Amino acid sequence: MSETITFTIDGVEVKGKAGQTIMQAADGNGIYIPRLCYLEGCEPFASCRVCTVIVNGRPQAACTQPIAPGIVVENNSPEVTQIRKDIVEMMFVEGNHFCPFCDKSGNCELQAMAYRLGILAPKYPYLFPVCELDASHPYIFIDPNRCILCGRCVQASRDLDGKHVFDFVGRGPHKKIRVNAAVRLADTNLDITDKACDVCPVGAILKKGVGYAVPVGQRLYDKEPIGSDIESKAK
Amino acid sequence: MNTSSSNLKKIVIEPVTRVEGHGKVTILLDENNKVHRTLLHVVEFRGFERFIIGRPYWEIPVLVQRLCGICPVSHHLAAAKAMDVIVGGEKLTPTAEKMRRLMHYGQMFQSHSLHFFHLCSPDLLFGFDADPAIRNVIGVAQKFPELAVQGVMMRKYGQEVILRTAGKKIHGTGAIPGGINKNLTIEERDYLLKDIDQMVEWAQSALKIAKDYSVENLEKVIPFGSFESNHLSLIREDGAMDLYHGNLRAIDAQGNKIFDQVDYQNYLDYINEEVRDYSYMKFPFIKFLGPQDGWYRVGPLARVNTADFIDTPLAEAARKEFMAVTDGKPNNLTLAYHWARMIENLHSIEEIKILLDDPDLQGNALVVKGERRDEGVGLIEAPRGTLFHHYKVDENDQITMANLIVSTTNNNEPMNRAVQKVALDHISGVPEITEGLLNHVEVAIRAYDPCLSCATHAMGQMPLEISIVDCEGRLIDRKSKR
Repeated sequence: MSETITFTIDGVEVKGKAGQTIMQAADGNGIYIPRLCYLEGCEPFASCRVCTVIVNGRPQAACTQPIAPGIVVENNSPEVTQIRKDIVEMMFVEGNHFCPFCDKSGNCELQAMAYRLGILAPKYPYLFPVCELDASHPYIFIDPNRCILCGRCVQASRDLDGKHVFDFVGRGPHKKIRVNAAVRLADTNLDITDKACDVCPVGAILKKGVGYAVPVGQRLYDKEPIGSDIESKAK
Repeated sequence: MNTSSSNLKKIVIEPVTRVEGHGKVTILLDENNKVHRTLLHVVEFRGFERFIIGRPYWEIPVLVQRLCGICPVSHHLAAAKAMDVIVGGEKLTPTAEKMRRLMHYGQMFQSHSLHFFHLCSPDLLFGFDADPAIRNVIGVAQKFPELAVQGVMMRKYGQEVILRTAGKKIHGTGAIPGGINKNLTIEERDYLLKDIDQMVEWAQSALKIAKDYSVENLEKVIPFGSFESNHLSLIREDGAMDLYHGNLRAIDAQGNKIFDQVDYQNYLDYINEEVRDYSYMKFPFIKFLGPQDGWYRVGPLARVNTADFIDTPLAEAARKEFMAVTDGKPNNLTLAYHWARMIENLHSIEEIKILLDDPDLQGNALVVKGERRDEGVGLIEAPRGTLFHHYKVDENDQITMANLIVSTTNNNEPMNRAVQKVALDHISGVPEITEGLLNHVEVAIRAYDPCLSCATHAMGQMPLEISIVDCEGRLIDRKSKR
């Protein structure tokens, strides 16, 4: 049996098992730590940093930081919330996120995160990158305007589908997602049943021709904010 | 514009109220203050037709409705109808077609009510020259509180219909290529049925106001901004008014058919657009008549003129009364738009009442698709007139071409003519510009129901400015309503 570890999140004593990350332990206790790149079933790699918490006074990524006895974790403090807001705002201004006509709207984790964090309008200047759609695949299209470089598609294709359809290229501000082909998605071995087609938290990878099939009011985040499923475990 | 050959003075009205943007009116006066020429410029450039290039086709009905915050449903449905053709789903299921119709009639009801009560009623109730301090919606609310409440509640009802069919009151997502994404639940139906009889009654009383005004002020209504024109609209196969679907019919000022039952997929064979150097808004015309003779009116007046009948009883009775004024010939009076608009308002609420009793609205067959095509045209009768959406899509499902002829564009030449007529009749030779004079120009434009006026005139703060500038650019006089 795994060793039980006791620590606090926002002053509340919680228990986790040795080897768990702070995020896993928090989930088990019904405490939601915001996240965008985390993908169930894949190794977390702290790409988005939205899950930043303050552990014993230092910012850490909750998805990779293991729990330890007696650590003091801040998750819902004004300071942590501000860090997350800044990160999410930067995601908005780095891309071209036009929620009003995006067919992911209402089901989009980035949009839901902005609502949850209370972001009204980004304070940073928009970069308005020029991005080209890749609609060459018969069933899937890629809109890089909306990509937040979370890497879920990279992980899912590699670790869950056993393929290598997506990967990162470039570094820093030049970092992009590219497909594993000379030019187009159509030239890869991506199949519509691949897990990689379903994991995008935003509207960057979408199935063709099915947009808006779910009416407003019945979409994932129309009734409850993102993270409610985890928080409901505590009730 | 010829200003160099004489000592013309220029009056510029900027901005005037217009659809989703800014317009201005230029009136050129000679040395005796006689009107030489008038121009209605639309100076706002939107660019929708360009920036949707490359977007996937299923996004378009949701994307292009952002053209307008007042009649987004019209753009939503026109684009959806074009995309129906793209996906081979133009023969909708009964549930999908009736849900879309319900959405559209709700839109028609809220938009017409908004225009009549909030925008034009101050002119009709208080007079064009009345004190602007009371000639606004607040003045209406103070002097005619019951009427003001009716206007608000009628608009609200239309918006409630839209909410339950499109998912949101403004910028919903209901219509998707080949159908609709929801049906109407029993609870939603019962909610809408609760007030339907009241709405029909209020629509009748609004119609009476518009009719009585027209009949009792015929001497004023007949000449005000009026002129003979062709008229164009969609029409049902049996000649009935149909605001959602049909074929194109155009008639001349005497009622002779120019063309009839034209499949709108072929609209380019019949309609062309002229570009003029003073406006971003094009000037559509009937192709074989040419730009000089082929321009036409659209909207409520044109639709009542082109229809052989209306298939709801109260509106049909009202149509007969309307047509009797001109002995069954087309009505070419600009101010008659208001009367025609309220006939359509009554028709729309009658249609809503009929639809709400139709069990097809609770059906579950929502979408059909068939042979994929690379080009589609969608037309609808929007509150302000015939709305054209035309798209081409490549093999990757991306838009390669978009052509939108919006209702107000169709009415471009008529609005120019109305402004000119009013300027000639009311401004020509007048030594000093008054606020009432400005409002006469606005009243003529407002009869065509340009969208932007709601944001300004409704609050009595229409940001209208007229400057008199001589041909060398010297400011002679300026009046502002800011």
